[in-house]
Amino acid sequence: MRRAWLHRALLVLEGGLLALLLAAPLLAQWLAAPFWLDVATRIATLALAAVGLNLLLGLGGLASFGHAAYLAIGAYATAIPTYHSIYGGAAWLASDNGLFHLLLALTCGGLFALITGWLALKTRGIHFIMLTMAFAQMLFYLLQGLETYGGDDGIGLDARSQLPGLNLDDAAQMHWLAAGLLLAGLLLYRLLARSRFGLVLMGCRERPERMWALGWPVRGVLLAAYVVSGMLGSMAGWLSANHTAFVSPAMAEWTHSGELLFMIILGGAGRWLGPLTGAAGFVLLEEWLSSATIYWQLPFGLLLMAVALWQAGVPRREERA
Amino acid sequence: MSAEAALILTQLLNGVQLGLLLFLVAAGLTLIFGVLDFVNLAHGAFVMLGAFISATLARWTGSWLAGVLLMLPVMALIGMALELLLARPLSGAHHHLAQVLASFGALLALMSIAMLLWGTQGMSAELPGWLRGQMSLGGGIALPAYRLFIVGVGLLVALLLHLLLRHARLGMQWRAVAANAQMASALGAPVAWLRLSVFALGAALAGLAGALMVPITEASLGMAVEYIIIAFVVVIIGGLGSLKGAFIAALLVGMIDTLGRAFLDDALRAVLPLELAETAAPALSSMSIYLLMALVLIIRPAGLFPPPARRRP
Repeated sequence: MRRAWLHRALLVLEGGLLALLLAAPLLAQWLAAPFWLDVATRIATLALAAVGLNLLLGLGGLASFGHAAYLAIGAYATAIPTYHSIYGGAAWLASDNGLFHLLLALTCGGLFALITGWLALKTRGIHFIMLTMAFAQMLFYLLQGLETYGGDDGIGLDARSQLPGLNLDDAAQMHWLAAGLLLAGLLLYRLLARSRFGLVLMGCRERPERMWALGWPVRGVLLAAYVVSGMLGSMAGWLSANHTAFVSPAMAEWTHSGELLFMIILGGAGRWLGPLTGAAGFVLLEEWLSSATIYWQLPFGLLLMAVALWQAGVPRREERA
Repeated sequence: MSAEAALILTQLLNGVQLGLLLFLVAAGLTLIFGVLDFVNLAHGAFVMLGAFISATLARWTGSWLAGVLLMLPVMALIGMALELLLARPLSGAHHHLAQVLASFGALLALMSIAMLLWGTQGMSAELPGWLRGQMSLGGGIALPAYRLFIVGVGLLVALLLHLLLRHARLGMQWRAVAANAQMASALGAPVAWLRLSVFALGAALAGLAGALMVPITEASLGMAVEYIIIAFVVVIIGGLGSLKGAFIAALLVGMIDTLGRAFLDDALRAVLPLELAETAAPALSSMSIYLLMALVLIIRPAGLFPPPARRRP
């Protein structure tokens, strides 16, 4: 009884959070607090990447510890054509067209997911976690080696993506784009979760052998989910590059992948609005802790341990009852 | 002996040395996984802590060797604390995601603590005289004494670990816990203490790797995140839970990484235009070990030497 009440309160809270996020530009203008608009855009961007991860972990039961790689892929797919359109060279790649950037981000993200996913899905469980981590780190080193595009230091975006009818230099319009895409991503998740594909995916999570015996190509289904998940991540990367106007290999670092997983666990894996709650929780926590102390990773790390222990303790307690 | 041959020999030595350092890190990781079924992301933090603690103790005692030796029990205690705190409540395969998250949290917390204690600056250590110079091997070849020392320590540890696992009572009990912890407990093996001892050994080995790196690269906070992924690559190639696999894979990875960085440049220049070779070589050499991992995965998804399957009650 009390749990149901809590559940409803959480739903109301999450609905409020979504409304708050969508109205953030108006609120920020009204309260004259542009800083909070910046925070809200960051939440929307990370939440979109987390929606992708939630599709994989929540529905497919696959924990990827390399999802930050897709943010980096999307970001570099924006920064590299922009660089060439301003400074010349590589005419076939040079463009300031935002739709081209997005398309390139989705293609590269999808391809990287297809190749690394095909390899990593030869295994499950802990091997899958370690492999996705290793492939993301490979990308990290690859990006570090790109001396033309700043190497280790990364590279600033000297012009944001050009989109018809939108000016991304305007913080409010940038935010509406991010929030709009997040909404689209959430709806896509909802659609997929209720579709035949989503049901098969959940089946592959619960009883892969039975699904295989029923004739479903289990590995293919999981790979499809992985690719969609990676593409959502690279879309978030495209947004992130345009939001911060800066890309660097550090975006692919595995600690960021860990933060994305933390968001999913915080919001509850497989819950529709979980990624939004998790992303908001993480970003606000990080803002709050890092403004209080430079040692913010100490309380954050302890909290992470507590969340993991608590989350692992829940099923055991239910078993006993 | 020609200069080229000497260069190749030096690079081979560097490869073996890196491989053995990686083995020290990967051995603990694979033992902890093999016996406890626990994935320890905080293992990289053990490397970093070993480096800082040994450098600090070396400063207090005035002797590098004493610093390294005194660091080992400290690291063993830290390892035991982590076992009690995280590995014990989160044991079992159904907790793998929670293990990864919790030990990631532990890694962040330990890094912050290290930053509090030692600051963001690196920390160096002074080697004793007998390890500093070059060691002549005859035939006009001289190799750095310290690198030969690392190779010697690495091989000695590998031999001792092998003897411990195969021929000592403790190793036998570890293997019994790995195969079936409940049965081992029923037969009177002190499982709780055995779990602690595996973690203590793993932490001490990782700390040793960190301490041995200090004279080459200095102790730094970055060590905590740098070595864990490459150690993962090693245990994936070798087979998760296998010590022999970790040893062979570590040498393979160390060798390929070192030789790739040293010679890929020239090799590519022979077949590619100069400009392309110069951009491709650094990227390719840093990716080489991951390509090796992908190759192994295609042929043998469970690694080169997968350990026998665990019996789950």
